[in-house]
Amino acid sequence: MSTATTEYSANEIMVCIAARLMKDGTTAFIGTGIPMLAASLAQRLYTPNLITVFEFGGVGPIMEELPMAVGESRSFHRGLAASGICDTMETAQRGFIDYGFLGGAQIDAYGNLNTTVIGKYYPPKVRLPGSGGGNDVGSLCWQTIAIMRHDVRRFVPKCDFLTTPGYLDGPGAREAAGLPRGSGPLNVVSTLALLGYDRQHTYRMTLEAVYPGVSVEQVVQNTGFELIIPEQVPTLDPPTAEELHTLRQEIDPDRLYI
Amino acid sequence: MKLIEEGRGELIQPPDVEAFREWNRTQKTRRLVDKVMDEHEAVRRFVTDGCYIGTELYGTVRAPMSLAREVVRQKPKNLRVSGQGVLELDLWLAAGLVEALDITYIGLEVYGVSSALRREVESGRVKRVTDWSNAALSWRLKAASMGVPFLPIRSMMGTDTLKVSAAKVVEDPFTGIKVCLVPAMILDVSLIHVHRCDKYGNAQVDGISGFAFEIARASKRLILSTEEIVDTEVIRQQPDRTIIPYYLVDAVVHAPFGSHPGEMVYDYARDEQEIRAWIKASETAEAAQNYLQKFVYDLPDHQAYLEMIGEARLAELRRKAESHR
Repeated sequence: MSTATTEYSANEIMVCIAARLMKDGTTAFIGTGIPMLAASLAQRLYTPNLITVFEFGGVGPIMEELPMAVGESRSFHRGLAASGICDTMETAQRGFIDYGFLGGAQIDAYGNLNTTVIGKYYPPKVRLPGSGGGNDVGSLCWQTIAIMRHDVRRFVPKCDFLTTPGYLDGPGAREAAGLPRGSGPLNVVSTLALLGYDRQHTYRMTLEAVYPGVSVEQVVQNTGFELIIPEQVPTLDPPTAEELHTLRQEIDPDRLYI
Repeated sequence: MKLIEEGRGELIQPPDVEAFREWNRTQKTRRLVDKVMDEHEAVRRFVTDGCYIGTELYGTVRAPMSLAREVVRQKPKNLRVSGQGVLELDLWLAAGLVEALDITYIGLEVYGVSSALRREVESGRVKRVTDWSNAALSWRLKAASMGVPFLPIRSMMGTDTLKVSAAKVVEDPFTGIKVCLVPAMILDVSLIHVHRCDKYGNAQVDGISGFAFEIARASKRLILSTEEIVDTEVIRQQPDRTIIPYYLVDAVVHAPFGSHPGEMVYDYARDEQEIRAWIKASETAEAAQNYLQKFVYDLPDHQAYLEMIGEARLAELRRKAESHR
């Protein structure tokens, strides 16, 4: 990573951190928004052989332009296959999808997500879009990465509705519920920090690293549950000039997301 | 088979695979008959009050928008809707046509939460809601297309999504693992927009196939809208491209730009300006009604809609799709 720069938005650093988490030669289930930008950035700079899979059938597109919807033509532009939703979901269910990206209105300490309702189920205070593919991605991909704005309204002790499974209520809970063995959340990329999970003992969320200029205390204050904080919390490198240039000039020149 | 957990949600349309077989035996002709009709007749005949209805693909992508607008124009009451959608279901919600939802996702993708969905569900005007995951809904259609009453799946378990659904968790009698059973979804009618078909309904789509294969086979009645009606000889030259054979189809409606303001891969691009016009209008009930008045109620048909959008704009969308190739 080359020269650092200090001027960047919260969305830009989330895209860059998520892009650096991608691994070459793997498959990743991608939804609309930040994950598309991160996958596109990763393909250009770090992981040319990252194969993106879109739920309505796009497999391995070359994302010259950003898709605006998970089924639109840019989600399979010069792709390797244009299939359908049963095929992509069954591919995940068979264990072929390494990473899945998720988002939500709420996340709890075990990485469970809510995209269904705020308040009671029916009639709700706020009706959100629903699971969509979220529950399936959280159930069937090997590892998932959630991308979230970091504040106490979103990082909550308990989700109003558990739409998408994280580690449910702790060690062994996913397997006990019947979910595929060895799957579950890997990271959360927030607007303040990179978080992970204590996969040795509690399966609760841990603080892995903070962004430049963000204190551990700031992360704690913006989290509605107790985070596991290691003695040493590193600070991540800021977005590089190359990352920002690629993102702004090539990937999202119309500034739809960043 | 040991039953472990049951969702408490209402099964909005319990599947009856024996009745479905009987229907397919007695109500679906095997003859090659001309099924071309206009959108008014297709919707009048097959979209009835209280019917259980689905659409494919969705909202901004190969969506049956011209048919969705015709449904709004004819105002069938108390629709029960299989809910995977963007603009098309938004229009029905805003028009107050929806009584029950089997929902997995209704939203506006990059533009966020659907205001029409919020108004209708939070007010209780949509009286029954049952949530599912996207794969669960697609696999429910797949079960119906297979002619079996349910399929075992490995998502939804451990979550509130399961608790409010009508799925059941059982112990698999072969391996002993837990699996989630989702019931077949047999629709009264579905609407699919395709790139081309012949007058009998033999249909092909380009690009991703979404869930067209499954929903076409899961429906008692199927209305196709199509960019182009081609000679059967075109179909016979590449029969491997036929995703929907004619015997599934009840109506063929010619609808160039039928997905507008959504896209049709290789043919025309999304009309971002018109999509945003709906999203802005949908923010309040009053503006949404004004939109429906202007773009739906005041127009007699899809042809009049296209004239309002204008040839210049449509030509530009074709050029844009060409540049994406």
